[in-house]
Parts: sequence; structure tokens; C-alpha cells
Amino acid sequence: MSWLVDNFGLVAKLTGNHAALSIIPIILGFAIAVPLGWIANRWLAVRSVIIAGGSLLYTIPSLPLFVILPYILGTRITDERNIVVALTIYAVAMMVRTAADALAAVPADAVEASIAIGHSRWTRFWLVEFPLSGPLLLAGLRVVSASTIALVSVGAIIGSANLGYLFTNGKQRDFLTEILIGIGASFLIALVFDIVLVVLGRILMPWNLRKRSTAQRSSANTGQGV
Amino acid sequence: MQFFLDALRWLLDPANYVAGAVSPLPIQDRIGEHLLYTFLAVAIASIIALPLGFYIGHTGRGRQFVIAFTGMMRALPTLGLLMALFLIVGATVPFTQAAFVASIIALVILAIPSILAGGYAGVESVDPQTVDSGRAMGMTEIQILMRIEIPLSLPLIIAGIRSAVLQVIATAVIASYISLGGLGTIISSGIGLNDNDRILGGAILVTGVALVVDGVLALLQRLSIRRGSSESGPNKKMSVADHSDRRRWRNQPSMKGKHVQVKK
Amino acid sequence: MIEFQNVSKRFPDGTLAVEDFSLVLPSNKATVFVGSSGSGKTTLIRMINRMINPTSGTILIAGEDVSGLNPVSLRRKIGYVLQATGLLPHRRVVDNIASVPRLNGVPKGKARHDALTLLDTVGLDRSLAERYPDQLSGGQQQRVGVARALASDPDILLMDEPFGAVDPIVRAELQVELNRLQRELNKTTVFVTHNIDEAFAIADQVVILRAGGVIAQVGTPAEILSNPADDFVSTFIGADKGKRTLHLQHREGDSATLIVDDEGRPAGILGDDK
Repeated sequence: MSWLVDNFGLVAKLTGNHAALSIIPIILGFAIAVPLGWIANRWLAVRSVIIAGGSLLYTIPSLPLFVILPYILGTRITDERNIVVALTIYAVAMMVRTAADALAAVPADAVEASIAIGHSRWTRFWLVEFPLSGPLLLAGLRVVSASTIALVSVGAIIGSANLGYLFTNGKQRDFLTEILIGIGASFLIALVFDIVLVVLGRILMPWNLRKRSTAQRSSANTGQGV
Repeated sequence: MQFFLDALRWLLDPANYVAGAVSPLPIQDRIGEHLLYTFLAVAIASIIALPLGFYIGHTGRGRQFVIAFTGMMRALPTLGLLMALFLIVGATVPFTQAAFVASIIALVILAIPSILAGGYAGVESVDPQTVDSGRAMGMTEIQILMRIEIPLSLPLIIAGIRSAVLQVIATAVIASYISLGGLGTIISSGIGLNDNDRILGGAILVTGVALVVDGVLALLQRLSIRRGSSESGPNKKMSVADHSDRRRWRNQPSMKGKHVQVKK
Repeated sequence: MIEFQNVSKRFPDGTLAVEDFSLVLPSNKATVFVGSSGSGKTTLIRMINRMINPTSGTILIAGEDVSGLNPVSLRRKIGYVLQATGLLPHRRVVDNIASVPRLNGVPKGKARHDALTLLDTVGLDRSLAERYPDQLSGGQQQRVGVARALASDPDILLMDEPFGAVDPIVRAELQVELNRLQRELNKTTVFVTHNIDEAFAIADQVVILRAGGVIAQVGTPAEILSNPADDFVSTFIGADKGKRTLHLQHREGDSATLIVDDEGRPAGILGDDK
């Protein structure tokens, strides 16, 4: 613990950079995946291509992708932009399927009613489909957030200045505390991001506050025998 | 572009497949090692996680725990886990085996959440009426699990395993940095020697292996769909909106998207 | 014979489904529980095979307290048919029917052979044996459900709104089939429905229930029709709307005598004396 106090500046800086590296992929991933998901939902032919494409990208292992990207993008291997691009790719891949499913899960009646009222496709999306798919989208976003933050540290292997440095450095110096502090800080970032997302969700979707678990109710009623 | 062609040429060069060469070659040995570690870790994780998942899915107890647990594990940095375990294990186990033991433990830990989620989600997704009628017929709880719930939840179980396998393959690459063998050594030796062929070739190779293994599992998942399986996984043709009303509440976000989302 | 003695059931969430219910269900006869939702009828029937356990009171089957019996072996000796059929979707029809015998250790060949015979019994063509449940119509699935319930030759048959999900014509056919089976096989049948006409069509003994499993009236269909116990029963059987009081109406030139209810709505024509 005293190590933390002594090196607080370093840890703080790494934490800050770690968080910064995480934010762009999360936001960009969401911004790209939702339209893709919407497209996938509208045109069934394209749906399999988009979803399959997402699955394919998601299958690429992390370190190899960090390593391949410099060759494609023309950046140096240690350039942090590689990591941001790679994480964005993963974020999109993770989020696209959720987005498609979330938009598909919007009750058909609500959509039909909105068409009957006279919404255009644009207003229908922004005022009906997007809000109603909100809860599922938020859940998917929380998953993407946690996963992205956890993945950033892998970039330390190719020299990125984030909390992953504490892991490699800790191992080299045989210093477990350093590693644990790094893990703790990483969890902290993930927790903070998650709280922010949940709060954002509550503010933007106040109708969604009461979530009953139907499973719990129905099992009470069937009253399982011995 | 030229880099990729060179790398591919390097990959296809038979000289790199000569047995008995200096590590990280020959390539086939590394592939074999990598697959072995993956298989080992996933098998151990399955033995631990599947029965637990079945229990939770069948009895409904511990649902909150599973959701919280998988959520937490998702935020765990793989590199951190690896390094921490390496130091912890290295304190008690001789150096030569420390890398292996630490890595396998880390890989098992990382594989458990997906498999657990797959087992639990699968069993939970079976139509409660079918389970009820099985019970009313006079099946014991175990019989219900073995004859009804598991056969009908195979697609989701395999989906969970599939996620875990991807996770493990990716992490095993990183583990090469703590001297575990496998395909990561090709990349790391490439970085050390500043050899683009090795770096890129290794990366392409791992990606290829991951795609092939995932493809095989996807096929298995497809084949495991029986009539009455409630989910057919990522290759489902119909959209979620086609589900009947009574399924709509099953949109538990953490389980949706049959690549049960964990880290890489 | 099945006997309920002061049976009550309160669910964990506080609902009192059944309160102090006592009744004897005679052997080899069809007893029908009728009531609206919340009358506890499903709860009552599910207590017979211990899918639900009473909070107080005793249930006896042939004099034995069911709470002392092993639930799994008890259920294998009782046939259970539910509205959603609950057929195993991943097994063929013939294997579904053979479920309980197989659980009891009957060899596969014999069990399947007996299952085919049961298909005859419930009036289904043997060609359906190798199909999967989702390839059958609703009415066919229900018949398979009944066949499955009969497979272990149980003394008791429990049926929880089994014909609720099929259309009226198929429903009427199934009621006729059930009556035939009842005459042939003489099981002790407990049947649950919310449809009073269905109850009258099937039952030897009708049990009309109010909310909370309170018995409004017990009797044969004839007894209930001729002497409804109170206003609740009258309303329930439709007597207050004049549906049950019928008159003859014959006008000049009609070929048959019309039967009309109190409001003048036609209900049928007069046939020859039975």
C-alpha cells in the first residue's frame, strides 16, 4: 500500500490514460453499431452478412489484432491509435448483434401504432424504436464498456501507457502488489463507467424503473412439488 | 499489402514445419500446444461450470449470483490475472512448471463465466410446461435435467463453450509472454527479432486457428438443435421479434447474443 | 377413491388458493371441478399428485395419505394431462406415449408396441407414431397427451383443462372420446374446466367452486340443473339468463317442434323419446 502512495502520480496517470483509451471505442462502437443493427433489422438479406461479419471480427484474438493493425493502418506498432481502432472494432462487433436484437424486440404494436399516427421513418426511429430498445441497448453497452476496459491492458505488451504497464512491470519486478493495484484500478474504472451508464439510463428512460422478474412470479404460482 | 504476402509466404514455407527446429518453430508444434492448452482449460472449466450452471438453471437459485459474477469477470483484465497468477504460483511451484500451471489456472478462470452462463441460460430457456409435465409424469429431478433440459439446451451450452474457447485461444497468445508455449511465441519472437514475417505470420496464424475452431463449434451448435430447442444461436434465421409473447421476458441482456460476451 | 380432508393451500406470496376443502371423489367415476379463475381448481388437482403440497389438511388415495408416499413413484401411477400438452418436443409421438413405462423399466420394444395400441385407443392413426409433436394438430396432440397418461394403466387420471386450447368442434369430439374412454376403462378421472357445459357433458359428479376452493354445490349434472343450490350456482350455470329453462314451440307448418329458451332463442328441435 505504501507503494501506492509513493507512486500515486504514476498510477493516476496510467489510470487516466486507460480511461481515455476506453472512452472512444465505447462511444464510437455504439454510434456505429446501432445504425448497422438498424440496417440489419430492416433488410433481412443484409442481416446475416452484418451479423456474420461482426462474429468474424469478434473471433480475431486480441493481441494478433493489435499487431496486425499497424500493417494495415500504416502506423508504428507502438502507436496507441492501433489500440483504439482495434477496441472500436471489437466494440462494434459486440454491439451490432445486441443492437439488431434490441431493435427487433421493440413491440410490433408500438411500431405499427406510430406508423398509423403518421410518423416518418426518421421520427419513428428517434421517437419510438430507439427509446423502446433503450434498455436492451443499455445492457449491451454496459457489456461493451466492461469488456473494452479490460482489453485495454493487453495493449501494454506493445508499449501502450495504460494500467497494463503495472502488470508487466509488476511481473518483471516480482511485485504482486503492483499487479493487484493495477487490477483494482481497472475494476474501478469499469465500475465508474458502469455507474455513469446506469445513471444515464435512468435519466433518459424514466419509464423503465420497475423491472419485475416474471420468472420469480411464475415459479411461485406453479409451486413446485417435492 | 506486401507485408501480408510476405507473411503468408513465410507461413506456407515448408522449412518452418521441420520437426525438431529451434523454438518457436516448427509451426505445427506450436499449433498443437496451443490447441492442447485450450482444450485442457475449457475441459476443466466445463467440469466446474456446467454442473453449477445446470443446478442454477434448474432450481432457479443463485441467478443473481451468476449475473453478478459474469458481469464482474467481464471487467477483469486478462493480462493482470495472468501476471498475478504467475507470481502467486511461481512462489510455490518450480519455475519450469510455473508458467504452465499459472496459465492454465488463468485460462480456466477466464473460461468459467461463459460456460456457466451457457449452462444456466440453456436450462432456464426450456419451456417450463415441458419441465412440469416431465415432473408430473414421475421423472426425478435428475431425470428431468438429463432427459429434457440438457438435450433441449445444447445449442446454448455449446454457444457458451464457443465463447470460452475464443477467450482462451486469445489469452493463451498473451500467456506466451510468461513463457507458456503456443502460437504467441511466434509473435513474441518476431517482435524480439524485429521480423515482420514472424509477427504478422503468427498473428494471421492465430486468427486462422481461432476461425477454424470457432467454425467447427458453430457447426456443432447448429447440429445440436433439436425440435423444441428454444434457441438456435447466432445462426438463427428469424428475428427476435418473431418470438411469441411468453418468450419476450427472456430478453435478459447479459445472455442475449449467443456469443456470451466475455473479454478476450 | 380420492379423499380431501380439510385441505388448505396458502402460497408463499400470500394467496389463499384453497380453504378448508373436504370432498370424496368416488372411484371409477369422472369428477369435474368447475369454476372461474381463482377458484383453486388447478391447485386442488395438482395436490393429488403432489405437484403442490397442501399447507394443511390431508389427501388420501385409496385410504393412504399421499404425503407419506414417494412423490416420484406416486406420479408414475397417476396419469396427468395438461392444457399445453407438455409433450416432449424432441421425442417422437410413440416415445412420448411410452415415457412412463420406459421410466418404469419396461423394455423399449414392448413399450413402443403398447404405445401403438394406445394410439388406437385414443382414436389416432398409427401412422402418426413416428412424427414429432409439432407436426400434429392441436386436437391430435391432446389425444397423444391422453394416450401418454394412460400408458402406465393408472387407476387415476388427472386432466387440467385439457381441451381448452382447441377449437369448439374438436373440443366436442374430444369430449365424446373421453366419455367413450371412461365407459371402456373405468378410471377414476378428475377433470378441471371453467366451462360448465363441458362439465355437464363429461361428469358423473360435478363440483362447482367459488373463489378460494369453496364448494358451491356438488351433484350429478341432473341434480344441479334441477336444483341449483343458490344464486351463485344459478348464475354460473346460466339458469338466471333463462338459458336452462326450455320450452316447446310449434308453429303451423313447421316440420318439427322447436325448443326455445326463456328468451325465445332456439336451442334445438324435439327428437323422439329416449
